[in-house]
Amino acid sequence: MAKILMKGNEAIGAAAIKAGCKFFFGYPITPQNELPEYMARELGKAGGTFLQAESEVAAINMVYGAAGSGARVMTSSSSPGIALKQEGISYIAGAELPCVIVNIVRGGPGLGGIQPAQSDYYQSTRGGGNGDYKLVVYAPANLQEAVDLVMEAFDVADYYRNPVMVLGDGMIGQMMEPIEFREPKKRELPPKDWATTGTEGKRKPNIINSLRLDPAELEKLNQKIQAKYREIEKNEVRYEMYNIENAEIVFAAYGTTSRIVKNAIEMLKQEGINAGLIRPITLWPFPHKAFDEIPETAKAILTVEMSCGQMIDDVKIANNGRLPVGFYGRSGGMIPSPQEIVNKAKEMLGGAK
Amino acid sequence: MLNDKRIKIIIGHYGSGKTEFAVNYTLKLAELGKKVAIADLDIVNPYFRSREKEAMFKAKGIKIIGSSIGSNIGADLPALSADVLGPLQDESYDVVLDVGGDAIGARVLARYHNYFKEGSYDMFCVLNAYRPGTQNVEDTIEHIKGIEGQSRAKVTGLINNTHLLRDTSVEDVLEGQKLAKGVSEKLNIPIKYVSTLEKVARLLPEDIEGEVFPIKMYMREDWM
Repeated sequence: MAKILMKGNEAIGAAAIKAGCKFFFGYPITPQNELPEYMARELGKAGGTFLQAESEVAAINMVYGAAGSGARVMTSSSSPGIALKQEGISYIAGAELPCVIVNIVRGGPGLGGIQPAQSDYYQSTRGGGNGDYKLVVYAPANLQEAVDLVMEAFDVADYYRNPVMVLGDGMIGQMMEPIEFREPKKRELPPKDWATTGTEGKRKPNIINSLRLDPAELEKLNQKIQAKYREIEKNEVRYEMYNIENAEIVFAAYGTTSRIVKNAIEMLKQEGINAGLIRPITLWPFPHKAFDEIPETAKAILTVEMSCGQMIDDVKIANNGRLPVGFYGRSGGMIPSPQEIVNKAKEMLGGAK
Repeated sequence: MLNDKRIKIIIGHYGSGKTEFAVNYTLKLAELGKKVAIADLDIVNPYFRSREKEAMFKAKGIKIIGSSIGSNIGADLPALSADVLGPLQDESYDVVLDVGGDAIGARVLARYHNYFKEGSYDMFCVLNAYRPGTQNVEDTIEHIKGIEGQSRAKVTGLINNTHLLRDTSVEDVLEGQKLAKGVSEKLNIPIKYVSTLEKVARLLPEDIEGEVFPIKMYMREDWM
């Protein structure tokens, strides 16, 4: 009985604790509530502190503080709650601090609804906050992957001193699946000699700050951060290529939607149509090179999202004008069915075959 | 199962498969010719609630009661419908109460306490030995006591629904049966059903304690 059955939200919480998360600051919102609920119950037992803040803005600034002192820290929310955290996220990126942010996405815009969506792709990869910053964004498609990526996210955040986001649609948060906890691959993590832990009169104070009034100094910071992002783009891109060989049509989809697409691929195979899938696991850095590996047989790319079309922008950039790029999406908490996806694929390939 | 009491309360840990059992059980009652109502009392979970299957129940002549606010899928408010009282009072109904997970979810039951006279109801606790919190006898008993305390009703039967979704094997169910047996002996509550996917149910030993209850997965989409 190595595997246990967990709900996505609690599995993410359990993974964070296993990864050494010592602080959690959050504020409730559906469909991610089981995550803070789990942390409220379990984090204290693991020697950490759970605190329900008075707002999302307060929570992310508590994350800023805890991260500045070198602790492993996490917050979670859902779409509009993450929108509220954007200022703090930009500050954390500007101050080059590690933290993990979980977004269990619900339908938008505005307060939207509680059903699953993927309409925070722009918010996650383009930044809702100000300035030239990036988050590493992981998009798990099942709970085992969610658990693995959450554990790794803490290492990646520490390694690059950058906030990392784990983006799951509401389905990932709410569904149950068997999981097991596995150690991520070992990384040599640098000591946190920048953290504000008290000088004991032995060294100069460390300063955690994102305000730099000298433009030359601020530009230097930007250049440093950008160099780090190039490094991340080189080392951290993650994606899955599925059934791509001889594919006539290549789907691009992430998270829950990629699972539905895999069903659609099976259905297409029954009809004699070869279809493949590129599934980005990191939304940033986006797996551009996966699109260079699309075989000659492919006539089109079809992006499927639970949104009105956001990742399609990156798919078009990666495709670089080579193939026609189509889109099928449902939004507001509606989930595309495999049949709808099959129909759209056939339409793109030119009707009945 | 026709010997079960008129009021059937389904409780358990979330993830135990309560709702999947409740849905299958309700459909079976209707198939056996009973006049059935199912009340979705889950005010804890926002997803995977029996109210989502309103159309399916209605097509089979089953009364389904969800939130009082309507909007059965998107409702994010813990609103119970007054309609729940109808089938609780109307003795021509067999009524299934599909309760939210854990003691927190079971708290709503206290509101219907007056209807739970000893001998007039069954309260079935659905167990999944793969769920943290109900993996050993001690934890499971604590779990049951918590629910009984909140609901002011007593568990009258155990349901071994140990599963790993579609990957469930006979061994998994038998592992869960050990847990159910341990709890059953300690609390002197019978194992009423062994609930599992049809393909697994066929392979279970014939002398297994409790009635084998094959189920389909109605709440989990094929692609999941």
